[in-house]
Amino acid sequence: MTSPVRLTHARASLALHTIRSATDARAGHPLLLLHGLGERTPATLPLGYETWPGAVYGLDFMGHGDSTIPLGGGYTCELLMADADAALAHVGPATIAGRGLGAYVALLIAGGRPDLVLGAILLDGPGLAGGGPVPGSPSVIAVNPAHGAPPDPFALAELTRDPRPPDYATNFARQVTHLSPVADPIAVCAVGRPPWLEAVVAEPGVVVSSLAEALETYAAGV
Amino acid sequence: MTELVEEERVTFPGAVPPHRTRTVSSDGLGIAVHEWGDEGAPPVMVAHGGFDFARTFDVFAPLIAAGGWRVVAWDHRGHGDSEHAHLSSWDADVRDAMAVFDSTGPGPLAVIGHSKGGALMLQLAESCPHRISRLVNIDGMPSPRPHPDVADHQRTRLMASELSGWLDSRRTAASAQRKPGTLDELAQRRARMNPRLSHEWLRYLVSVGARHDVDGWRWKIDPTMRMGGFGPWRNSWSLERLSGLAMPMIGLLGLIPEQMGWGTEPDELAPYLPPGGRLVAYEDTGHFVHIERTAEVAELVLDFLGSPR
Repeated sequence: MTSPVRLTHARASLALHTIRSATDARAGHPLLLLHGLGERTPATLPLGYETWPGAVYGLDFMGHGDSTIPLGGGYTCELLMADADAALAHVGPATIAGRGLGAYVALLIAGGRPDLVLGAILLDGPGLAGGGPVPGSPSVIAVNPAHGAPPDPFALAELTRDPRPPDYATNFARQVTHLSPVADPIAVCAVGRPPWLEAVVAEPGVVVSSLAEALETYAAGV
Repeated sequence: MTELVEEERVTFPGAVPPHRTRTVSSDGLGIAVHEWGDEGAPPVMVAHGGFDFARTFDVFAPLIAAGGWRVVAWDHRGHGDSEHAHLSSWDADVRDAMAVFDSTGPGPLAVIGHSKGGALMLQLAESCPHRISRLVNIDGMPSPRPHPDVADHQRTRLMASELSGWLDSRRTAASAQRKPGTLDELAQRRARMNPRLSHEWLRYLVSVGARHDVDGWRWKIDPTMRMGGFGPWRNSWSLERLSGLAMPMIGLLGLIPEQMGWGTEPDELAPYLPPGGRLVAYEDTGHFVHIERTAEVAELVLDFLGSPR
């Protein structure tokens, strides 16, 4: 993996890694990987992605990997959706595969940019459930101020508490299925089914498949 | 253009600049704190609303201080003189508030919050009931009414427009700047959000809430912030918690609907009030109850807070 491209999202610098270049010049659109909570972009192509013909990129979310660690937290999945949008602005239309937290963000950005996300693949991984369908008792979290290395402890704390109501997720899923140029634009490969994902799976236009099937379908293009 | 020019002196009847200012670190982020009154007096914490700043209390706060209180207000992150953060969220605002509380005293404190500041203080009251002794909420009470329903197809189109507009704004946020203008122009712009407040007052707010660059006045508020926004939060979640509060609480409601207001009606909120909780509704008054009826609200709040000693 080469040095990451630096992207800007508001005041933050994000690291976009090229995990693998396209196998040939006619390989088609790229694949963008979104990691799970507390993770970072893998250094090499993960197992299961070898068949993807195009370039494979990976974004480090804010507070993770080589991206900026913000002062004082304030994470929301909507802001991470804007991180993913910064990556799309750089790589152009792409298929997105997200793990855990990255799966939820993949759903959001697919709804936010249905013309740019050529299929969203939702995979198991850390941070898939978030804080559940409704908020628990509120609390004021505190983290170790001496902690200066990624992942940001505020990200770990805040992104395991954020509520993810099923009907909020299905609004995004409908956005994707109504507006995407891709047939069946959401592929759920995750075995875990927190309430938001259970509701998404029940939506028309959302398919349950293996990663290999999803990659093959979305690599074929629109 | 960030070069400052000499401040223009603007006055407003009853407006008093803070007697003290300081900065509190909230996990490394600088939060500007403004205080009125005797430093040794019992503190009352004052939280402003969204897109406002602490010095919107320049008339109200001195009246509370004159009642024997040390009034402690702060600028939310990205607002007023506080640092512009990478990220902003409701929970982060509550955490910043707790940093200001911790810098003021360890015990329970009386609290006044307007609009979003009132709602933040309701959340703080539930998460840290040991830190709040009395709570005044000025037109920041949740409404039990759901958002007007729309057909799914319309909802999708509406959401598409909102989402792409918000994402577009995030793409350009790095270079965003507030639009410069004359002092009067900024006051006129703010009047769109504060249509019931006088031009003279809004002009005063510009003089304390904007900075004077060489190409004109600019609001200090973080230019990456934008009105509106979206997320999974539901009013009902806040409402269901309201009845569990144990500290004395009073809610003030302005009954004239406004763009910045929450549209909460007393009758629909009454069943959710905690034991002893009280609502005071103001006819012919908009969202900025404490600015439209400053003396009346200050008198009511001082009576509710009781003797400071």
